[in-house]
Amino acid sequence: MIPAAFDYLAPTTVEEAVQAMSRAGADAKVLGGGQSLIPVLRLRLATPTTLVDLAGVGELRGVRQDGDAIVVGAMTTHHDVLTDPLVAEHAALLADATRTVADPQIRHRGTFGGALVHADPAGDLLAPAVALDAEMVIAGPAGRRTVPAAEFFVDLFTTAVGPDEVLVEVRIPKKTGWGTHYEKFNRVAQAWSIVAVAAAVWTENGSIAQARVALTNMGHTPVRAVAVEQALVGQQAGAETIRAAAEYAASSTSPMPDGSADADYRRHLARVLTGRAVAAAAGTDGART
Amino acid sequence: MTTTREPTLPTEFGRARKRKEDARLITGRTRWTDNLVLPGMLHLAVLRSPAAHATIASIDTDAARRAPGVIAVFTGRDFADEQGSLPCAWPITEDMVAPQVPALAVERVNFVGEAVAVVVARSAAEAVDALESIRVDYQGLPVVLDMEEALADGADLVHPELGTNRNALWVFDSAEVGSGGDVAAAIRDAEVVVRRRFRQQRLIPAFMEPRSVVVDPTGEQFTMWSATQVPHILRLMVAMTLGIAEQKVRVIAPDVGGGFGGKLQVTPEEIITFLAARRLGKPVKWTESRSESLVAAHHGRDQIQDITIAARRDGTVTGLSVELLADMGAYLRLVSPGIPILGAFMFNSIYKIPAYRFACTNVFTTKTPTDAYRGAGRPEATFAIERIMDELAVELGIEPLELRERNWISHEEFPYTTVATLTYDSGNYEAATARAKELFDYQGLRAEQRRRREAGDPVQLGIGISTYTEMCGLAPSRVLGALRYGAGGWEHASIRMLPTGKVEVVTGSSPHGQGHITAWSQIVADQLGVDFEDVEVLHGDTQSSPKGMDTYGSRSLAVGGTAVVKAAEKVVEKARTIAAHLLECSEADLDYARGRFTIKGTDKGITVSDISLAVFAAHDLPAGVEPSLDSEATFDPENFSFPHGTHLCATEVDTETGRVSIRSYVGVDDVGHVVNPLIVDGQVHGGLAQGIAQALYEEAVHDEGGTLVTATLADYLVPSAADLPHFTTDRTETPATTNPLGVKGVGEAGAIASTPAVVNAVLDAVRHLGVSDIEMPCSPQRVWRAVQSARGAIKSSSDQGGAR
Repeated sequence: MIPAAFDYLAPTTVEEAVQAMSRAGADAKVLGGGQSLIPVLRLRLATPTTLVDLAGVGELRGVRQDGDAIVVGAMTTHHDVLTDPLVAEHAALLADATRTVADPQIRHRGTFGGALVHADPAGDLLAPAVALDAEMVIAGPAGRRTVPAAEFFVDLFTTAVGPDEVLVEVRIPKKTGWGTHYEKFNRVAQAWSIVAVAAAVWTENGSIAQARVALTNMGHTPVRAVAVEQALVGQQAGAETIRAAAEYAASSTSPMPDGSADADYRRHLARVLTGRAVAAAAGTDGART
Repeated sequence: MTTTREPTLPTEFGRARKRKEDARLITGRTRWTDNLVLPGMLHLAVLRSPAAHATIASIDTDAARRAPGVIAVFTGRDFADEQGSLPCAWPITEDMVAPQVPALAVERVNFVGEAVAVVVARSAAEAVDALESIRVDYQGLPVVLDMEEALADGADLVHPELGTNRNALWVFDSAEVGSGGDVAAAIRDAEVVVRRRFRQQRLIPAFMEPRSVVVDPTGEQFTMWSATQVPHILRLMVAMTLGIAEQKVRVIAPDVGGGFGGKLQVTPEEIITFLAARRLGKPVKWTESRSESLVAAHHGRDQIQDITIAARRDGTVTGLSVELLADMGAYLRLVSPGIPILGAFMFNSIYKIPAYRFACTNVFTTKTPTDAYRGAGRPEATFAIERIMDELAVELGIEPLELRERNWISHEEFPYTTVATLTYDSGNYEAATARAKELFDYQGLRAEQRRRREAGDPVQLGIGISTYTEMCGLAPSRVLGALRYGAGGWEHASIRMLPTGKVEVVTGSSPHGQGHITAWSQIVADQLGVDFEDVEVLHGDTQSSPKGMDTYGSRSLAVGGTAVVKAAEKVVEKARTIAAHLLECSEADLDYARGRFTIKGTDKGITVSDISLAVFAAHDLPAGVEPSLDSEATFDPENFSFPHGTHLCATEVDTETGRVSIRSYVGVDDVGHVVNPLIVDGQVHGGLAQGIAQALYEEAVHDEGGTLVTATLADYLVPSAADLPHFTTDRTETPATTNPLGVKGVGEAGAIASTPAVVNAVLDAVRHLGVSDIEMPCSPQRVWRAVQSARGAIKSSSDQGGAR
């Protein structure tokens, strides 16, 4: 298919980008890596009048340290996230999930910020952002504001980013030395997750001191599995404990049925995959990887 | 077998040549139809019905006509007097009922995706933009989606004017034909009877290159480029459908990027583009989007199979009954009604079954029409027989390979005439099976399976078997005639000897990815003693290749390749006369091998290349001999070819999630002599991918309104290399006796063999848990639910919170 006609703007700074969005009005869309937006345009599921392409905004790319956090620019590609040493050291969970995104071609084009703002509930980077307590820095006409991940995802394909705003960067508190795992369940390699689980644990003397667990595609927005986390903390990192805690995975979820999986099956998968993700993160999964 | 090979000389035949055509194809130096740009060319876009069944009350095209760049807008009413009815070349029974098939809907739409109106504009973008401003008033009619409901009394009708949704009933009964006994009696008297209902889900061919057409009207002459498998059939059908003089139509299939039967079609869009170009007097191009392709190009499979097998306790099969419902969709396309009939002769497969009855009811529904898809009828048949052999094995407590061995035709029994009246010329099922077992480590995997079962491992192991054969190399014309098919099954080739000794081969079998250019070059290099590189293969243009039956049904090598051999033999015979003249000897004194004539007992000789130059000069030819070595041949096979093999699949089934992983896959095929093992491997790998896809991934799903919900490749799951296992392939080589090369078809074998091997393996993994069937595709959810249901452990989820 061929997209409907649109105006195209290519700012080179965040300020120009915000101005462009403000001027273009409600029918403007930000173009990041285009891996979700371009298909939507081609299918004419969206017909924005203006595209604001952030490819030329250099300050939006790259990963840096800032005290206790690493900061990932919104236009950093999945490939760059995946190969970044700071991410590997301090936010391994993000690398785990990014590794499962689509294929190498798409990972070279698609961006971290684009995936978050697109807010597809089956997208793989939302749950890690929530699990890692990331904070999103958003620029608008009134300046910059910071929104925690827990409040960033508002609904299906809807985030806290306003129509005249642009996501600038994502601050991720360092989780250096944590055990992490992203357990993804999909039907073919290039398909979206039916369910996936992002898990990060901090163990001390074989006991789980801290745990972060979040679920992909178990509702309109990523779900933090608080009950699982609570059931894990203070327990020995053993198979039984983890399995028992994983039984809480489907609580507070509202999965949507589709052709591949109904809601009950998704809840079942959430429990099984949570057990596997936590076990892998805690290093107690034995042979299973 | 007659061999045309000289075994003492090194040959191209059998060499693992890299394909000549690939360097160009994989570096983008291609001539896809959509790459064509003609001066003044216009672009056509199609508005498609969003309704599965509706009357078209009105169409308002005013706004579209005024849209930028728009040259014309056409609806069905504009073409009603000239579009004719799209052809169905296979009226399977005398009393078959069939609707008129408009290329562009006139009064009613009968499936989602049917063409309703078209815009022709200066650019493709403007054409697509203008589609949005066409307003169609649809008045909804009841949809017809379920085949059994469609056949019930008082059912809503797809085509009310036909008075029924039943297209045809086609029956083969071995008792009536005299080829075997009475199935009803066999079932009545059987010690064991197993009945199963299998569902062949609807599939979408999903060729890589979307369909595309360019029509260039130049005065009275029309040139049509199309991404088609069948340029020759297309030319004929365009002429017949539109009442145009055949000689005024030239059809070219340039590079064509895959078809799998999906481009064995005369499409509405080809006719529409032709009519638009003729009306406007300008070249017009149409290229479909992937979304259009999935909804509007024909689909495949879609059968309900009721299978009954009768046997003695010792495992001897005594009868087989097959009752099919086959979904035609809304219309009959080129060979739609015949697709299930291509399976009719294959349900008995490699087994000696004394009584057989097959009855197929073709049904109209308000869905996309179905037609050929890789294997076309034979995968469905192979699946059913190989699945029910496993079920019978379980029922009898006999090892499934052992059960097959007790019933199959042994290698001493060939040629063997089956209960379905086909004569299998050759085969060796024992050899292929033995080799497959060896490569697979059959006993080792069975031992591991026992261990896992005993340990209650959450990941269980299953072994699936498919000992298949199939009929291909379509086809002996007299057989096609007996089946009421509208054409013959011959193939044509011609050879042009150039003065420099180079060779042009013209084939009527037009490739769309198979590697004909390489294989034909290898064959001709041996026949005429020229270098592989010195052979050019021309195809796919009715002007340079005027005769042909095109490419489908694994026919190209067995039929078209034989025609090439026959044409080469004629070149040699013509050259022999001239060689004798030039060497001043009698023809009887000449030996011929690999392009060189020699006088017996001497080293004096002359090559075909030298003769080519002498013929070009024509200074010194025998009296009355024409100055040409060129030749042509048309070959009509006397029989099908019957490749066979044994495929073994080991799957791991995660009983906690339902996920199926293929642990190992061994396919040992017998495709007779092999011209190029790389091409054969490629065909087998691709076929396996598509067969495994049917078993595990692909399914065209409609909602209750008749809308295809798997209408993008995000929803219709075509597996990639990342999802498929390593394939271990090998061959046994039992030559076909019905063609001079001893070859059999290989284009469909992998797709035919693999689906039941995978599904049998999935069931074998969870059979001990009480599961006896899982519908295809065996998705994780289906597998998990089958296990849960068998355990009697379906209990509501402990937390029922949230939306459903």
